[in-house]
Amino acid sequence: MAAHRSLRDFDWLMLILVSAICGLGMLQIYSATRDTQFTEAWWKQGIWIFAGFIALWIGTLIDYHTLLGQVAVFYGLSIATLVATFAVGTTIFGSRRWIGSPSYHIQPSEFVKLVIVLLVARYLSEYKGDRLELRDLFKLAGLVGLPMILVMIQPDLGTALTYVPILAVGVFLAGFRWQYAVAILVIVALVAPVSYWLVLKDYQRQRVVSFLDPNQDPKGSGYQVIQSKIAVGAGALWGRGVTKGTQTQGRFLPVPQKDFIFSAFAEEHGFVGVIVALGLYFLLLMQIVQNAQTASDRAGMYICMGVAALLLFHVLVNVGMVVGRMPVTGIPLPLMSSGGSNIVAMFLMLGLVNNVRLRRFVN
Amino acid sequence: MKLPIVREDDPGANTLLRDDPKFASQKIAFFQYTAIGVFLFLITGFWDLQIRNPEVYQERALENSVKSIPVLAPRGKILDRDGRVIVDNHSSFSLYLSRENLKMEHLRPIAEGLNLDYDSLVARVQRFQSRRAPTYQPIPIKEELTPGELAFVDSHKDLATFPELEVVRVQHRLYPRDGMAAHVIGYVGEISESELDSPELARFHQGDIIGKDGIEREYNDQLMGVDGQKRVEVDSFGNERHVLDDKEAIPGKSLQLTIDLDLQAVAELTLENRKGAVVALDPRTGEVLAMVSRPAFDPNLFAGRIRSKDWKELMDNPAHPLLNRAIQAQQAPGSTFKPIVALAGLETGAIDDSFSVNCPGGASFYGSYHKCWHVHGTISLHRALVQSCDTYFYNVGNRLGIDRIAQYADMVGYGHKTGIDLPHEAEGLVPSSKWKVRNFRERWYPSETISVAIGQGATTVTPLQMASAIGGLAVGGMWYQPHLVKDAAHLPPARRSEINLENLGKVLSGMCGVVNEGGTGVRAHLPNVVVCGKTGSAQLVSNAALKAGLKQTQDLKDNAWFVGFAPRDNPEIVVAALFENGEHGQLAAPIVRDVIKAYFDKKARLAQPLPQVTRVPSGLLQAPPPVASAAVPPTGVSEDATAVNP
Repeated sequence: MAAHRSLRDFDWLMLILVSAICGLGMLQIYSATRDTQFTEAWWKQGIWIFAGFIALWIGTLIDYHTLLGQVAVFYGLSIATLVATFAVGTTIFGSRRWIGSPSYHIQPSEFVKLVIVLLVARYLSEYKGDRLELRDLFKLAGLVGLPMILVMIQPDLGTALTYVPILAVGVFLAGFRWQYAVAILVIVALVAPVSYWLVLKDYQRQRVVSFLDPNQDPKGSGYQVIQSKIAVGAGALWGRGVTKGTQTQGRFLPVPQKDFIFSAFAEEHGFVGVIVALGLYFLLLMQIVQNAQTASDRAGMYICMGVAALLLFHVLVNVGMVVGRMPVTGIPLPLMSSGGSNIVAMFLMLGLVNNVRLRRFVN
Repeated sequence: MKLPIVREDDPGANTLLRDDPKFASQKIAFFQYTAIGVFLFLITGFWDLQIRNPEVYQERALENSVKSIPVLAPRGKILDRDGRVIVDNHSSFSLYLSRENLKMEHLRPIAEGLNLDYDSLVARVQRFQSRRAPTYQPIPIKEELTPGELAFVDSHKDLATFPELEVVRVQHRLYPRDGMAAHVIGYVGEISESELDSPELARFHQGDIIGKDGIEREYNDQLMGVDGQKRVEVDSFGNERHVLDDKEAIPGKSLQLTIDLDLQAVAELTLENRKGAVVALDPRTGEVLAMVSRPAFDPNLFAGRIRSKDWKELMDNPAHPLLNRAIQAQQAPGSTFKPIVALAGLETGAIDDSFSVNCPGGASFYGSYHKCWHVHGTISLHRALVQSCDTYFYNVGNRLGIDRIAQYADMVGYGHKTGIDLPHEAEGLVPSSKWKVRNFRERWYPSETISVAIGQGATTVTPLQMASAIGGLAVGGMWYQPHLVKDAAHLPPARRSEINLENLGKVLSGMCGVVNEGGTGVRAHLPNVVVCGKTGSAQLVSNAALKAGLKQTQDLKDNAWFVGFAPRDNPEIVVAALFENGEHGQLAAPIVRDVIKAYFDKKARLAQPLPQVTRVPSGLLQAPPPVASAAVPPTGVSEDATAVNP
């Protein structure tokens, strides 16, 4: 096998795209945190990206089939870590999602994404039916649902929701009766209002309300959306220039180096910058999908598509939030937002995609 | 694409076929189209905001981050003639509401947080809004912020709470205590709505602090600076990030008055707890050395926006503390009018030195009896002035007739404004036959002249007019316009009258006798300087009314006047004092004396050489121990020490 792997087979295009996106991210983090307490964030991000490339390389080295074989172990570890987060986790902003000290901590739920990708790939590649039967679907949904619920009660609805597209795309690819899909949608439509009152926390309900009408709550998350839209709009065609955006520099944007980084980017780089950045994301996504299409087996295809689904969902929800077309869920923009766990987890997943690519000529 | 048909009973083929990753390529294509859809959906979002109407958002970003902060120009100081500060400023903080991001619903919590009356705050904001002033002009809502209020503002001025709050450092007016010189200085206040409507004040803006009375009003343009403005970029916490542009304020110019604080203080003290006025002039220039009106008010109450309670109290006070009695009290001059009548008699030839009258304590004219305050016997001009004999002047007046009296009263400046640089000066009244016809459509009866001759009847003058009139006579018939500002430009030339100086000398020596020859003004006598003057007691009600049983209450007691100048030759100061309800002019004399004394005491003090200090011979300091002197070479210090010694 090793003979088939060479530097030439590496997905260089993907690496170039990723580097470009990360570079834009670092630049924006630098610009958004000047004169704040987070001034070191940009070079810390650089270190995380460097760590990410190492993670990517590691994720490439070990044959993904070997990894798939260990899914049960990973899954068990994930559940254990998530439970441990409750016991020894660090509470920041009223949410217990981190392990470590307030200044150095990792977010296990980010790495669980990776396990979910592997889990779905393993489960579906072993499935021997033409279409997924309801019973099997429930089994898989249950496996994905357990960590999801654990994350949801941290509470971190945003991250928990990112597990759904991995499952959904997997199921879609595996084949599924559309009647079932309709039925599930109907049930979700019925359950949603109930869970809105019973499951969602006050602040989450507030976010839904302010998504539907930002002016209702101009000081909470509605404020964030309004300020984000002002920042984006003020950027206009060419942007206001790096470190020149008043919305970003005046801290009118909430956490402009994290969840609202694309808003800051849109203010300072304008529509042109937005097209370039979204173009890079789109090309990256297509490159991942292309790897899915050339995968040597189903498992590889599911892995790539799981990662693609996750990336697409992240971009949709985060960037949609920035322009007020999605509710504020508090999930980061992969590869751009400042934050270690998210970067390393994303790079690990890209490593898996590369892993699949390097092993496409098997048989 | 056709999926391979797989049979359940063929596991081998199944595994192989099922592991073909191409089985889902159609669905992957669907995923790709979905991705394209998602990206287009997102891009249209940016298109909407950034391309279709970016101006809206650019403006809102500007609203967020740019604040206009007024930079208020401090008013000029007001100094006395020696350059001592009378009116200063002190630094304080005022709270403004920036109108660029003002929200009406914030007013209630702001009012509660700062202990303001909500309704009047709303009314004020609406008043400012209604005038269509440019929105960068913020609305001042509270002055002299306490540390507690500053803390409230600081913790609430962020964008999400009350971004309209803005603290501006201002220079507040600081006036002397106890109402000293209050009427001269006047006060400042916020420009009122009616003032804004008047054409001469239309150039000011709402919220401007302008001079409302006194010097503050008269010289407002000089004292008032030009406010600047600063546009700053702020962050979401309301903290200044950097200055976009800065139009600096031009501070107002200082103003030097002719007032002498020493004299002013003495005059204030002599009038303490009385109702009246004192005016001291330099008759050689018209400079006002002191001007006091009592009761006074505290101009510090007005320094900003006066509270309505204080205002009401001042307005309702029966003693009218806001009235500047020195230029606004129009009272009958009483006997102080006699020198002018005497001069008129001499000048017109109605009387001469030999003219004398017998005073049996009164005389009858035109069928009615006029009393004198004393029985003087046979009396001529000099003694009539010294003793202030009414009977004598009844006769002089009767010989002169009203119009010749009026002519000379007019000559000394009675009946028209002196033109002093203060607002609202009263002009007094000099009755004449013309005046009678014009105002009453009736001819003047000679019987009415009798009481005018002793300064009663319709005649009224202000203390300033009196000081100016007598001062002008004292310097030989030259009337300089009274003024309060040292470098007064555009002063009209002195008014000169062709008076026979011999006649004038007779009148003035009569006034000298009043003080120095046992006359009615002996209380004004000073040992070192010859004071001349004239008392006056002006009745507020006629004797007839008193006889009719009207009780003589405090308010109806006679006004006491004294006007004096010194020295006899080349007078340097003339002082007029009005002591309302003081009953007799003799009581006003000490007031004038004290002010004149203060003037000459100060002059003597300044003329005196400074006391000699015994010089310590320098040799004593320069005798170091012989050993040290040999060892230490001459240094800069020791050289300096020698240089000091002559």
